[in-house]
Amino acid sequence: MNKEKLKKIKEDSLITLLELHMTAHSGHIGSSLSCLDILIYLYFQRMSEEDKFILSKGHAAASLYTVLNKYGKISDEQLKTYYQDGTFLAAHPPCGDDKVDGVIFGTGSLGHGLSLAAGLALSTKFSKKNFKVYCVISDGDCNEGSTWEAIMFAAHHKLNNLVVIIDNNGLQGFGRSDEVIKMMPFKEKIQAFGFDVVEAKNGNDFADLDKAFAEIDKNGSDKPKCIVARTTKGSGVSYMEDKLEWHYLPMDDDQYQTAIKEVRSNNA
Amino acid sequence: MRKAFSALMEHAGKTDKKTIFFTGDLGFMALEGVRESMGDRFVNTGVSEQNMVTAAAAVASEGFTVFCYSIAPFTVFRPAEQIRLDVCLHNKNVKIVGNGGGYGYGIMGGTHHAIEDIAVLSSFQNMRCYIPFCKEDVEGVFNSMMDRVGPAYLRLGGGQKPEDLELPKYSHTRKLTSGKKITVVALGPVTLNALTAISSLNKDEIELFVITEIPIPNFSSELQESIKKTGKLLVVEEHVQRGGLGENLAELVLESGLSCQYQHLFAKGYPNGLYGSQKYHQKLSSLDPDSIKSKIQEMINEKK
Ligand SMILES: [Mg+2]
Repeated sequence: MNKEKLKKIKEDSLITLLELHMTAHSGHIGSSLSCLDILIYLYFQRMSEEDKFILSKGHAAASLYTVLNKYGKISDEQLKTYYQDGTFLAAHPPCGDDKVDGVIFGTGSLGHGLSLAAGLALSTKFSKKNFKVYCVISDGDCNEGSTWEAIMFAAHHKLNNLVVIIDNNGLQGFGRSDEVIKMMPFKEKIQAFGFDVVEAKNGNDFADLDKAFAEIDKNGSDKPKCIVARTTKGSGVSYMEDKLEWHYLPMDDDQYQTAIKEVRSNNA
Repeated sequence: MRKAFSALMEHAGKTDKKTIFFTGDLGFMALEGVRESMGDRFVNTGVSEQNMVTAAAAVASEGFTVFCYSIAPFTVFRPAEQIRLDVCLHNKNVKIVGNGGGYGYGIMGGTHHAIEDIAVLSSFQNMRCYIPFCKEDVEGVFNSMMDRVGPAYLRLGGGQKPEDLELPKYSHTRKLTSGKKITVVALGPVTLNALTAISSLNKDEIELFVITEIPIPNFSSELQESIKKTGKLLVVEEHVQRGGLGENLAELVLESGLSCQYQHLFAKGYPNGLYGSQKYHQKLSSLDPDSIKSKIQEMINEKK
């Protein structure tokens, strides 16, 4: 793992992401920050050109757009259209694979992403193509019955080219996940459903993510893989961290300046 | 009709390796041949229609044509959002196949009927619904559906063709009988009831059309001429009043500037709260041959 490179990409991405949210006056910042490290790790450390990615928690689209921009798939010019009238870069990834390079399916209604990823993974059995599918789902996603349908399906069909990462920040739409609907323990549950499951202690830390991915690589089984990544909503901007309101609120000028200052000083 | 479909599927399974078949755990005594002909490309996805449809859209995005089979209500309503988003908004080549549309599953009860399916699905982007009239009709409908790349819904039902009826070459709108006084347009299998009604009436009076695709791809000139000539239009469908053949056709008539007397026989749901065979429900909704006959007579006798 190239720690320095990832660190630099992260700093750039944070600045871009905050700028995007500020200019657009858009919400879901906390959700974007929660999975930013995972997306950076996937795109810059993990995935090959042939691999496919599905962001099931579509409300973190700005995070995906940012990383696709750093990765070279979304131009600076296109990125500027985020949230504007007549853009492909809406608050949730656009529907159709012909809109944004790197976005195969539009998402935003929870509970679809894992079935999409499982379908893509299954398709290689027919096409004999050779790619892996990575899918980031939220804890809110795991409230949806269809997510568990997809988990059973993936295990039954031995889709070992599927890697699911749960962005487990413990917060969802209107409360703490534990208080809304009990889903823990993810690891034991998903293991029992037939996956190889590994926990990443801190899903906002590249070293922990790297360790988790190394562990699923060690296991050459025919099972699909899942990484339960303990993340922090709003990670990287301390006043946003683990706060439900940053699922919704846009920043004001002062908040934006505070956030940028913190990002710069953390990386100085 | 299901057998005719299975035979076509079996053939497609052998000849087109880009065809994939998903079933939501149904197809006993019907799809065994399809399973055999398709081998690994036949997948029983379990009783999980939401995952079935979304996974189908994903497989389709890799260049395959994917069928999703169940009974009509289960393959439409449970995964309606999956059809709307993953199939329709993405314009994927997924063919939803629902057996037993309308009151087709009769005494199985309301959970097993699909009388709002076309309203729901035809309102989705890029979707077209296909409703074959009888088993002899399935091949024409199937080919029409396969010629159009994109989302489709095939509503299968137990329709029968009278032995002496010669089906015109396939088109979404076909004239079955000719007459001068009234135009009757029926959707898919219930056309048989209209034909039965007409058989005991004066044949020169009634012009009957069968329609098998919704939204109607275009307003056939033959049908326009007929409405212009008779000035009376009766629509018959085993589907609720809203969002089916009646509204679709009424809009085409208005848009084209035609004027006519209009009556609509449609599925009324469960007016007395009781259950029975498909024929029982058709009678409650005035979709049985006798009720259609009375309606035709009433309209013919009405002054223009
Ligand atoms: Mg969450």
